[in-house]
Amino acid sequence: MKARVTVTLKNGVLDPQGKAIEGALKSLGVEGIASVRQGKVFDIELGTVDKGHAEASLKAACEKLLANTVIENYRVEIA
Amino acid sequence: MKSAVLVFPGSNREGDMVRALTQAGSKVEKVWHADHELPKGTDLVVLPGGFSYGDYLRCGAIAGRAHIMDAVRAHAARGGLVLGVCNGFQILCESGLLPGILMRNANLKFICHRQFLRVERNDTVFAKRYAKGQAIDVCVAHGEGNYTADTETLKRLEGESLVAFRYCDADGQVTPDANRNGSMNSIAGIYSEKLNVMGMMPHPENLIEDLVGGTDGRGLFESLVSSFAKAA
Repeated sequence: MKARVTVTLKNGVLDPQGKAIEGALKSLGVEGIASVRQGKVFDIELGTVDKGHAEASLKAACEKLLANTVIENYRVEIA
Repeated sequence: MKSAVLVFPGSNREGDMVRALTQAGSKVEKVWHADHELPKGTDLVVLPGGFSYGDYLRCGAIAGRAHIMDAVRAHAARGGLVLGVCNGFQILCESGLLPGILMRNANLKFICHRQFLRVERNDTVFAKRYAKGQAIDVCVAHGEGNYTADTETLKRLEGESLVAFRYCDADGQVTPDANRNGSMNSIAGIYSEKLNVMGMMPHPENLIEDLVGGTDGRGLFESLVSSFAKAA
């Protein structure tokens, strides 16, 4: 079983890196982009076949390390 | 006084920290991150600057969860003293010992320059050798020093006077120009609720010799050591 964890900044948290990327896209002449927020993606190989167990492990991984919930949200998708 | 300086893979300021603590009169031992216990009789734990774990994931995130941090949390819960400087401050925030987080500098640049800090209070073991409102001349060197916290936390820090230092100019004025990393409320350092844990981005340990241009950093280490001389 595989999973993808996406960590993004919460709304309202200033994202200077996203802003810089947004500026770079504009300077490249890429049209139609209103704003950019940068996040992180983790592709995780699971050592279990039990979906409930996997969900619990991934939640623990996010809460304990992958996301800092002061500023970040996370989303877990199990394939 | 007995200090323990923690060393993580990627720490690089532990030597300066040991030197500053020794100069002030502390016994110092370095402690490796994989250890589970602090040396017996440790009064002060110091987390030095550097790039622990290459700043992977988030600055201080992996070090903040190292085995030794359980011992540091227990030490702090007993009222023991903890100081984190630069990456050490980031680790303290990531470990939950201090609130908030250090984000990428607002101007996206690694900043490295001399910096004045206003001493917000001097009734603590960390700052008693300074005057309240004094502008001390130290330096900063970081890419992620932009102190950020939610509104509630910020209100609590200000309401309970837990801000240790703010970025200021040479006259002690807290101005937007002096706040080069964009920190909320110009915060350069904060205390825990019980004032026994302190984290700061600037480096007091850099300015302890006339030879390198200043000694304003000494006050912090002398404050700590003198607190113990009195207690003993």
